[in-house]
Amino acid sequence: MADTIDLKNTAAVIGVGTTRYGSFPETDDYGLAAEAFITAVGDCGINKNEVDGLLVCRIPYYARMGEILGLNPRWTMTLPGHGRMSGMGIIEAALALATGRARYVALLYANIGRSRRVNYGGEEASGFWDPWGLTSPGATHAMMFRRHAALYGTTTRQLAEVSVAFRHHASLNPNAVMRVPITIDDHENSRFIVEPLRLLDYCLINDGAVCMIMTTAERARDFKKPPVVIAGVGGQESYDNASIANFDIDFWYEPTRRAGEEAYAMAGISHSDIAALMCYDNFSPTVLFALEGLGFCPRGESGRFVEGGALKVGGRLPMNTDGGHLSNSYMQGWALNVEAVRQVRGECGPRQVRDAELVQFVEATPCCRSIIYARG
Amino acid sequence: MPTASNYAKPLPRLTPLTQPFWDHAKAGRLAVQACGECGDLHFPPSPVCPKCLSAKQEWRTVSGRGTLMSWVVFHRAYWDGFKDELPYPVCLVELAEGPLLATNFGRGMTGEPKVGAPVHVVFEPATDAITLPQFVVD
Repeated sequence: MADTIDLKNTAAVIGVGTTRYGSFPETDDYGLAAEAFITAVGDCGINKNEVDGLLVCRIPYYARMGEILGLNPRWTMTLPGHGRMSGMGIIEAALALATGRARYVALLYANIGRSRRVNYGGEEASGFWDPWGLTSPGATHAMMFRRHAALYGTTTRQLAEVSVAFRHHASLNPNAVMRVPITIDDHENSRFIVEPLRLLDYCLINDGAVCMIMTTAERARDFKKPPVVIAGVGGQESYDNASIANFDIDFWYEPTRRAGEEAYAMAGISHSDIAALMCYDNFSPTVLFALEGLGFCPRGESGRFVEGGALKVGGRLPMNTDGGHLSNSYMQGWALNVEAVRQVRGECGPRQVRDAELVQFVEATPCCRSIIYARG
Repeated sequence: MPTASNYAKPLPRLTPLTQPFWDHAKAGRLAVQACGECGDLHFPPSPVCPKCLSAKQEWRTVSGRGTLMSWVVFHRAYWDGFKDELPYPVCLVELAEGPLLATNFGRGMTGEPKVGAPVHVVFEPATDAITLPQFVVD
């Protein structure tokens, strides 16, 4: 990797902001994003006019966002409202900071899918396989889970462990949408959406917004909170079967492995150093796939790995301590990155992981990314 | 036989790129795109070959044999046209020649499908113009 810029500990997150989560037809993407931005500005104490980099995701028009916030940055990037964009965006912001394209980057994500009745299937996601009735990312994750179960003997009760652990975390998070604890039997008795997946394997659809403010590690020391640095990043895409959206016949194993190894190597750490893992969880099976891809367990053994509450705070690998997409909020990876920052800062109250010096983010998706956050 | 105007489920979007697939299917043949330069077989069709980028693309009839990679059952209709069929299965077949297809189980399927089972193509007319290739376990 001699031909790459070493991003280790070059960029830091100085401010984070999340809105309330729910259904807010009275406002829109811009209103929610502005709310998250104001919270993040307050979190770090920056003069907002210092922000000279703007990255927006799932926000209709970057320039209107800049107009609303009174920003005329030197660097702008806009990313589509796909779940896999958060890790990509944060790494691009780190690159912009490392190369001097911007000094302070605000990353903004907003989602109004709940109040606008987004379905993620059918007419709004038209594709080649519509005549056979294949649609929606939940269906392709169901396809992958059935295959994983057939190859490795993974059970739906093991899958339930993911939903149960994340709901437990949401019950400790006052801002989470779904806070009533569930059991494995609740999972097994919930209705099928696309079998073998059930309602409790599906992420929420809710409105809300997230903001992160990033700068270089040196400048980060001048702000209110202790900086959280980005110690390692990695990425690998997998587009071979992209016409079957949100699907990989091999569970994104190899790209996730590559993204993880790149991040670990850059940070100079290994799995055993990770205090908590924040994993993109649009559907519960992807959590199993990410664990195998990153090497927390051997291939095919993720079902056994998650048994017995292993993913809960206090368990062998606390994951998605805010409740994740399954129970906290569908902020498409962005809120999980904020949770990683809050864990490293030690701000998580009853759901705080002890000695959370290194927290990892991963997404096992067609754009695999991993980011390792550390105390600055 | 329904026509496009009284068929409730989604129909394919016919383009110069996809039309040959549906023409072959109507004639009872399963065909995938083949590169006229390097011979790579791929599907759905592409304007150029993903391996060598040649624009010389042809259609090749394949054996219609494959392996059941996975299958699911929809309990929710994302199109109104599927409401009457709930719950309906969708399966994933890897053709003996390589390409991966999302498809349905055809008439004559008996018993619980097993991932890894050998399957073969059957043809199910949907409208007077469109025939859907489907698969059944051997």
